[in-house]
Amino acid sequence: MARKFKVVFDRERCKGCELCKSFCPKKIIEMDTQVNAKGYCPAMITEQEKCIGCQSCATVCPDCAIEIFEEEE
Amino acid sequence: MKAVFKQTQGMLPVSTSYCPGCTHGVAHRIIMETLDEMGLLGKAIGVAPIGCSVVAHQFMNVDMCESAHGRAPAVATAIRRVHPDRIVYTYQGDGDLASIGMAEIVHAAARGEKFSTFFINNGIYGMTGGQMAPTTLIGQRATTCVDGRTREQAGMPLKICELLATLDGPAYIERVALNSPAHIRKAKKAVRRAFEIQQEGKGFTFVELLSTCPTNWGLTPPKAMEWLEENMIPYYPLGVFREPEVK
Ligand SMILES: Cc1ncc(C[n+]2csc(CCOP(=O)(O)OP(=O)(O)O)c2C)c(N)n1
Ligand code: SF4
Ligand code: SF4
Repeated sequence: MARKFKVVFDRERCKGCELCKSFCPKKIIEMDTQVNAKGYCPAMITEQEKCIGCQSCATVCPDCAIEIFEEEE
Repeated sequence: MKAVFKQTQGMLPVSTSYCPGCTHGVAHRIIMETLDEMGLLGKAIGVAPIGCSVVAHQFMNVDMCESAHGRAPAVATAIRRVHPDRIVYTYQGDGDLASIGMAEIVHAAARGEKFSTFFINNGIYGMTGGQMAPTTLIGQRATTCVDGRTREQAGMPLKICELLATLDGPAYIERVALNSPAHIRKAKKAVRRAFEIQQEGKGFTFVELLSTCPTNWGLTPPKAMEWLEENMIPYYPLGVFREPEVK
């Protein structure tokens, strides 16, 4: 069975730098049009099921705003 | 659901003061993840510099001490000598370490002081608004060289790893970069190596982390990552400059 991952963003910690978006090999991270409390457009995942769990986004995030989980069978 | 990437206890749950996309945040996280994974959060003592990371103690979940500009190696020398059972590190920018603090880092390295230094080279003075640093590249613009640095006026940018590698004291010297997931993973390995060698009491350990300052470079964070790859890495080659074995 294909592995399933869930990427969780901390909206309030995100500064909207777009690094996660630019390094996602599957291009499934986009910026929200609604701003967070600090006024940044936070990152969000568009097509969760396409995530391959490579952790590129969480590795480049300078603001500890991303956690990744894997669904257990 | 099991966590495959969990945020480290080593970073305090607060928003940092760094600009969006600044790799100071990445450097902080990989150092603190490493201390966390090695079970050293309760044993480490950090020394913060002057620069954008002046308030690193508000973000790093270990005991920390502030130092005067460039003097972190002197403070770390004292702490490590008084507490030889602790893991001590300095975290310093290129203005802090390579300008005003050049004497302190050279002499601490020459003495082989048993702490680790993490040198954040972003080629500019970030905190004060983008002045030229000793590491600013030829042709790179800064507020004190608006048409770009020239060799005639400022000399060539200093290569600190290469310079320290001429000394007998250092046990380990490596240069890494923070501009891609692959480079960040490698950088974290270098951070771990530095702490391990310090634990073994083998001498001074130094890791230079090529970093971005999107704000003062005038680039978006993703563009700054590319600029680092295309401009900094050719002049500041990545790699190991000193290993304990070959010393
Ligand atoms: C004795 C002294 N001289 C000058 C300054 C002004 N000053 C503050 S930070 C800084 C340089 C910071 O640059 P860097 O070390 O590269 O760190 P960054 O901000 O880029 O992370 C300078 C010159 C000061 N605070 N104290
Ligand atoms: S890398 Fe982090 S801070 Fe930057 S946009 Fe993505 S989640 Fe936000
Ligand atoms: S000024 Fe530069 S080094 Fe300082 S926090 Fe902003 S991006 Fe980072």
